Amino acid sequence: MAKTDIGPPDYKQFLPPIIRDNYGKWRYHEIVRAGVLKHVGENGDVLYTVRAGSPRLLSTDHIREICDLAETYCDGYLRFTSRHNIEFLLADERRVAPLIEELQAKNYPVGGTGHSISNMVHTQGWVHCHTPATDASGPVKAIMDELYDHFTHMDLPAHVRIALACCLNMCGAVHCSDIAILGIHRTPPRPDNSRLPNLCELPTTVASCPTGAIRADMKNKTVQVNDDKCMYCGNCYTVCPAMPIADPDNDGISIWVGGKVSNARSAPMFSKLAIPFLPNNPPRWPEVVAAVKNIVEVYAARARKHERLGEWIERVGWERFFTLTGIAFTDKHIDDFTLATETFRTTTQFKWG
Amino acid sequence: MTDSKTPLLDELEKGPWPSFVKDMKQAAEKKPAAADLLNQLELSYKDRIGHWKHGGIVGVKGYGSGVIGRYSDRPDLFPNVRAFHTMRVNHPTGWFYKTDALRKLCDIWDKHGSGLTNLHGSTGDAILLGTTTDHLQPCFDDLSEAGFDLGGSGSALRTPSACVGPARCEWACIDSLDICYQATMTLQDQIHRPMFPYKFKIKVSACANDCVAAIARSDLAIMGTWKGRIQVDPAEVRAYADAGLDIRGEVRDLCPTKCMEWSEADRTLVIHDGDCNRCMHCLNVMPKALRPGKERGASILVGGKAPIVQGSLLSWVIVPFMKLEPPYTELFDLIARIQDWWDENGRSRERLGELINRLGMRHFLKAMGLPAVPQMVKHPRTNPYVFFWPEEIDKKEVK
Repeated sequence: MAKTDIGPPDYKQFLPPIIRDNYGKWRYHEIVRAGVLKHVGENGDVLYTVRAGSPRLLSTDHIREICDLAETYCDGYLRFTSRHNIEFLLADERRVAPLIEELQAKNYPVGGTGHSISNMVHTQGWVHCHTPATDASGPVKAIMDELYDHFTHMDLPAHVRIALACCLNMCGAVHCSDIAILGIHRTPPRPDNSRLPNLCELPTTVASCPTGAIRADMKNKTVQVNDDKCMYCGNCYTVCPAMPIADPDNDGISIWVGGKVSNARSAPMFSKLAIPFLPNNPPRWPEVVAAVKNIVEVYAARARKHERLGEWIERVGWERFFTLTGIAFTDKHIDDFTLATETFRTTTQFKWG
Repeated sequence: MTDSKTPLLDELEKGPWPSFVKDMKQAAEKKPAAADLLNQLELSYKDRIGHWKHGGIVGVKGYGSGVIGRYSDRPDLFPNVRAFHTMRVNHPTGWFYKTDALRKLCDIWDKHGSGLTNLHGSTGDAILLGTTTDHLQPCFDDLSEAGFDLGGSGSALRTPSACVGPARCEWACIDSLDICYQATMTLQDQIHRPMFPYKFKIKVSACANDCVAAIARSDLAIMGTWKGRIQVDPAEVRAYADAGLDIRGEVRDLCPTKCMEWSEADRTLVIHDGDCNRCMHCLNVMPKALRPGKERGASILVGGKAPIVQGSLLSWVIVPFMKLEPPYTELFDLIARIQDWWDENGRSRERLGELINRLGMRHFLKAMGLPAVPQMVKHPRTNPYVFFWPEEIDKKEVK
């Protein structure tokens, strides 16, 4: 019988000696170039970190290749970031350039530091999820191909964090990203009355609906959906498999902007709706890629240094954002959920666009 | 013309960014399950819809979480992904590895699964993507033997995560890695045996830059901060100015509290620390010259979550400052009280933030024994619908 409850391996055994020696005693850091961090300890020790992009979905052979690199250049020590990047940890400056050279030869993008676009946090999508409204890995690959130079160069006003979640469950919790790409449904679930009585608990299913659109039909041991109140979140399907909601012709992607996680300068912010719907157009989602690129370019051309996307929009105003990006403003952009009125404008201070 | 079976996915092998399709094809050379996954994904690209059935409860002995059941809805076409379950492996805190440990994971997964992984999933776990039901227990046994354990799923404590912290960051105000690791080890039972109304997430960021998105993504966010004065090295401030940094424009003018004065003439920076809200911007721009104050600890915030069910929430401050030193008794006591209250009062699938919103923050604070302080709100209430506790009322007998 295998041991249970042992927890993860103690991370301390995986810290390279230079980190063990300087734990809690780092003095400052510099970004030497895109993808290379230099941390200096109080005692003068220097640690280099080389950051490389990854598709997140990795084969074991690919991981072994990463291990080979880590063994050749950094005595087998590496880490991953919260945005799926690989970080090679080097105590020897002389190995930095050769590592970068080999990474580039093997098509690993080196970058993602400072005022760049880091790797996209994303979810499983069609690869491995049962509730997706879009794929995840595919749109991410298509977008990062287009924005590649912003990963390898620190040429933006500030950090730009892009994330994708393939449904409103948001395993990727994309709701505070500079640009969030969110898979959405646009048609109500379809209760399967033959399977529902055996598969689903009625009170749970009714309670799962944020807008109260689901009513129990006790007589037939099923539920009815008030289509007028349904905003297609899919939460009922999460708790009740007999309420399928996926709809290839109407599922797609919405784009949200201006969120941030850090407390630097402005407080953390939610992303706000920019584009309510773009079609699922595999394999490369050209409409989504073009929309993201447009937002990044307009921001890059106009924001001031250190200004995150959301901070720039707040400075110029949302009305200007829609004008400058050419994105259409619709009734979908005006909130009608529980705290909607807090978002309505209560002043005559606005711009003409 | 190509005779490829995956013409749509082949398009995603093009372009400079690393291609997940290449990784899938690499695994497919060895593993029929990976090959069928690739083929099923191609069908999804053609149909524009997922081809996984809803759920399925599978697991390993003694655990109620850590394994996500997954079954193909087209086993007729893709028999090798008829069952294709995920195992969530609790990552080493901070996502640090030595390659021998990673290689062990790879060997185990080649033996038992599809050879495909996520490094890492969004919650932080190392995700082993796709195996059959009969391989779950043997795979777990091998993982355990190699020193790994599963992470959380379902209505459990999800695998806690932490920023890189003192291991590689001069801004770390708390030992985010140790706190996260101790929480993970202390709360093992909660991770493996779902016992709550819904999921519970703990994330630890060692400063306000919040590299693990604790405020946005966790029910309990532990955020490193300090009291007292920012440590200023005047010589290094001057060195930044000499090197061309526009301290007025890039530092002083962007300070949200306008708590600093910069004198171009004598090149000195004066910080009025009482006005500072410790946002980190000036430290971010001048790490060599400015450092966090010496009295360090954490702000504790609760309630953050993504939209489902009642809408997204950012976490709320409930303890402005807590000293955090091993064995973190005050923190773990607070976590236990929070979870007990949530467990007692929460409805099924109600996150902590939603429960606080439903019952009222005053009830939560009273149950926690936490004093109300102005740091908890952006501003006091604007409506006059104020509740008073019975004991606050002067009761007179009415004749």
